[in-house]
Amino acid sequence: MNCTEFLANLTDYFDTKTAAALRSELERHMAGCSHCHVTLNTTRQTIEIYRNDELYELPESIRTQLQQAVLAKCAAMKKKKEPCA
Amino acid sequence: MATTLTPDENALHSDLLLIEKVKAGDLSAFEQLMRQYDRQIFRIALHITQNREDAEDIVQDTFLKVFQKLDQFQGNSKFYTWLVRIAVNESLMRLRKRRSQKTVSMDEEIQTEEGPIPRDFADWMPNPEQNYNQSELADILRRAIQGLPPGFRTVFALRDIDGLSTEETAQALGLSVPAVKSRLLRARLQLRERLSRYFRVPTGVQPQ
Ligand SMILES: [Zn+2]
Repeated sequence: MNCTEFLANLTDYFDTKTAAALRSELERHMAGCSHCHVTLNTTRQTIEIYRNDELYELPESIRTQLQQAVLAKCAAMKKKKEPCA
Repeated sequence: MATTLTPDENALHSDLLLIEKVKAGDLSAFEQLMRQYDRQIFRIALHITQNREDAEDIVQDTFLKVFQKLDQFQGNSKFYTWLVRIAVNESLMRLRKRRSQKTVSMDEEIQTEEGPIPRDFADWMPNPEQNYNQSELADILRRAIQGLPPGFRTVFALRDIDGLSTEETAQALGLSVPAVKSRLLRARLQLRERLSRYFRVPTGVQPQ
């Protein structure tokens, strides 16, 4: 496996469903190629940092507001649909 | 004895039960569905639009649409995938409104044959994000992801942040599996490249 092939399969490496054979081929290449080794490790870190960041959390207070607003509108829609119910 | 369901099957099962209840007129079941997924929808919307107000509106509009269209949900795909698809469409629509001069679609900026090539091969510090305070880090992450084409960051958000499978992501975005894979690779590598500037081991300091 060369570096281009390694890159082409990098996405699959993080997929738990990836076949063991491919995984060990990737690992073999990495063992002898520091560039690909760094690329894989820092890509993993990239994913983890984004995944853990709370920048994208929805605050509880806004959450409740949104839920109530939606439910109120749904209730109004429901009423319109079945005026006699 | 009842058969044991995997957590995934369990979620699927309870979603379908809730949907049946909503269809029968039970609003509290809809509230439960919303509680189940509103945080995830917000995250996805925020990743795509990069605007909190928009993301809040998208959560509202998405669930309203779901409520209106619930009869159209066939149950042959996962409810969550269907929900995400609606949320992604709402998000792209918002983006279009904000940048009316530019069209925004999932097909935007399909690149030439030239593959994504990593250029920065410096190793990173361990837990590099801890070298920045919260708002500095937020800024770094936001700027890096804003530079990606919307189609790339959408795939990244669904696949890596939200944890959808490649197949589910393809389904939610109406893309082929190979298209999802190639966008994901480019998104990851571009983000990595941009973050490397901040997270790399300072030159002159050798780890080991
Ligand atoms: Zn290599």
